[in-house]
Amino acid sequence: MGEQSTDVSGRETYATIRKDRDALHPSPNLFDYAEERETFSWERARELLDGLPEGKGLNIAHEAVDRHADGLLADKVAIRWLGKKGERRDITYRDLSAETSRFANALRKLGVAPGERVFVLMGREPELYVAMLGTLKAGCVASPLFSAFGPEPIAVRLAIGDGRVLVTTPGLYRRKVAGIRDQVDGLKHVILVGEGEAEGPGLHRWNAVVGNAPPDFTIAPTDPEDMALLHFTSGTTGRPKGAIHVHQAVVAHHVTGRYALDLHRDDVFWCTADPGWVTGTSYGILAPLTNGVTSIVAEAEFDAESWYEILEREKVSVWYTAPTAIRMMMRQGTDVVKDRDLSALRFMASVGEPLNPEAVVWGVEAFGLPFHDNWWQTETGGIMIANFAALDIKPGSMGRPLPGIEAAIVERGEDGGVEVIDEPMAEGELALRKGWPSMMRGYLHEEERYRKSFAGEWYLTGDLAQRDADGYFWFVGRADDVIKSAGHLIGPFEVESALIEHPAVAEAAVIGKPDPTLGEMVKAFVTLRPGHTADEAMRRELLGHARKRLGAAVAPKEIDFRENLPKTRSGKIMRRLLKARELGLPEGDISTLESDEK
Amino acid sequence: MTKDEIRKTALDILAGIAPEADFAALGDEDELREVLDLDSMDFLNFVTGLHEATGAEIPEADYRDLSTLQGVVDYLKAAGA
Repeated sequence: MGEQSTDVSGRETYATIRKDRDALHPSPNLFDYAEERETFSWERARELLDGLPEGKGLNIAHEAVDRHADGLLADKVAIRWLGKKGERRDITYRDLSAETSRFANALRKLGVAPGERVFVLMGREPELYVAMLGTLKAGCVASPLFSAFGPEPIAVRLAIGDGRVLVTTPGLYRRKVAGIRDQVDGLKHVILVGEGEAEGPGLHRWNAVVGNAPPDFTIAPTDPEDMALLHFTSGTTGRPKGAIHVHQAVVAHHVTGRYALDLHRDDVFWCTADPGWVTGTSYGILAPLTNGVTSIVAEAEFDAESWYEILEREKVSVWYTAPTAIRMMMRQGTDVVKDRDLSALRFMASVGEPLNPEAVVWGVEAFGLPFHDNWWQTETGGIMIANFAALDIKPGSMGRPLPGIEAAIVERGEDGGVEVIDEPMAEGELALRKGWPSMMRGYLHEEERYRKSFAGEWYLTGDLAQRDADGYFWFVGRADDVIKSAGHLIGPFEVESALIEHPAVAEAAVIGKPDPTLGEMVKAFVTLRPGHTADEAMRRELLGHARKRLGAAVAPKEIDFRENLPKTRSGKIMRRLLKARELGLPEGDISTLESDEK
Repeated sequence: MTKDEIRKTALDILAGIAPEADFAALGDEDELREVLDLDSMDFLNFVTGLHEATGAEIPEADYRDLSTLQGVVDYLKAAGA
């Protein structure tokens, strides 16, 4: 984010990348922006989908899987799975329909009721995809967790989400779940995928409960407003928030896949995101399937060479990835890309945090194509603002609002209302007019926090942005202290709480420290209780403690010791001041500072 | 450096990055990232640490050779560390 904050000057130095939209093949789905915005309606977008037979409502799994399995695409490859040991497995729409039906039947047999939450915690293996879609078929709510979470984030999310079922592997169960079972009473069933020992109440083996279940399942009538997905996100304070999405969200998944990712029927699409985060679900599972394309799933973690191999060998045509990965590829240079035959690749997009203009332009140098940055959040459920195929790109900008989406820059007033600021390049909070289908319907059990996300007709994103005279939006920064590392939001409170649990720690404050690759990395400042020494052994002790509880994705990467942390009169630690000092920036208003850092 | 010294150096760097890990249980052929729960940043810090400790130049294209402890020892030995 550090790089992005300079985009006002950076913008001057990067020329607009012009598009000859008539020369693009296939012709972009979003070709005439003005006309499409004018004629678009969500009702018409809904007509691109089938709905359940006999008017029984709308179910995401039917649109993603069953309607294709019963039609012309039955034998088309829906998911091509690339295992980390070099395995390769093609799953057709017909296969996927049968497998997800088995899973839905298994849930029924276990007595899991519609509306109950099924959590998934595992690597990108085929069973993850089957479990997510099978859960939706059964009318249950799917909630994916990132497998790099430690026991603490897992326990908190299972508890908030009232997790009834967990699908995981024996190894992950032993390391991360067994020790927290007593904190999640409501968890009745754990379905274990693959071999390995595990002990505990309610454990079932996938092969026994899913493998043997019947491959036919009729989806029950589904109200478009029924809860379908629960995605967790973080705020500055308090516990993580479970954002609720409903079946109707599929209208947005589908149409944004067409508009922002330009998905056409013959595409081979690869979204590199893990389904533990919202991108990996909305675009790593749902949008490609509703659009009937072949979706690549790569199990292995990022490695530039293997990624280029996948792009080449699988003839990927549309690729959706993230700034951290792009910046890691940039470090290797363009030569390794140019050795590859990437002639199938025609569209590249990026999301997770603002893509710095250097990276947009590097795409052209390396691939002959720019990266198309887009913007959205867990709460929005789908892409809202995008550089789409036919749009001229201003490197560093997030693009323009998609048809059906009205975005504005607003200022919050004293009375809780907001005022729209129309003048170009004015800085304010990015807001979206309520009413698109994938807008969150609530934070589970957190009505008050949900209410606070809106002012009148507007959803307030918590991101500061600007809009230029041409209608392009530019990201400025977060309005709060949430940390964005490798494209994922991390709540400082969650990290601080884990550190304070350690008996040697008196106080902790956690900030996002700008990092050229990750955007921000998690850095902690701690003060110790009397009798403890701030040395390397203690640093390792606290780091190990935090990693054990939080997992590598959330735990701090750096821990510094202080004798005192800067606090306000009311005793609140001033994270902003710590951050400004870490970065050597002006300290701003410190009139509330009562007790300074030592 | 002998193979043992390289091994010890690598383990010490890893212990600074993932101090909670059970190194006694770490096999030479185990995937470091998976078994030690290292994310990309942790892994980059590991490679930087190896470079600083041994002086070996490690281009990014070779990172995949460093996925196990055995791989690290063999690679650095061959690189003349």
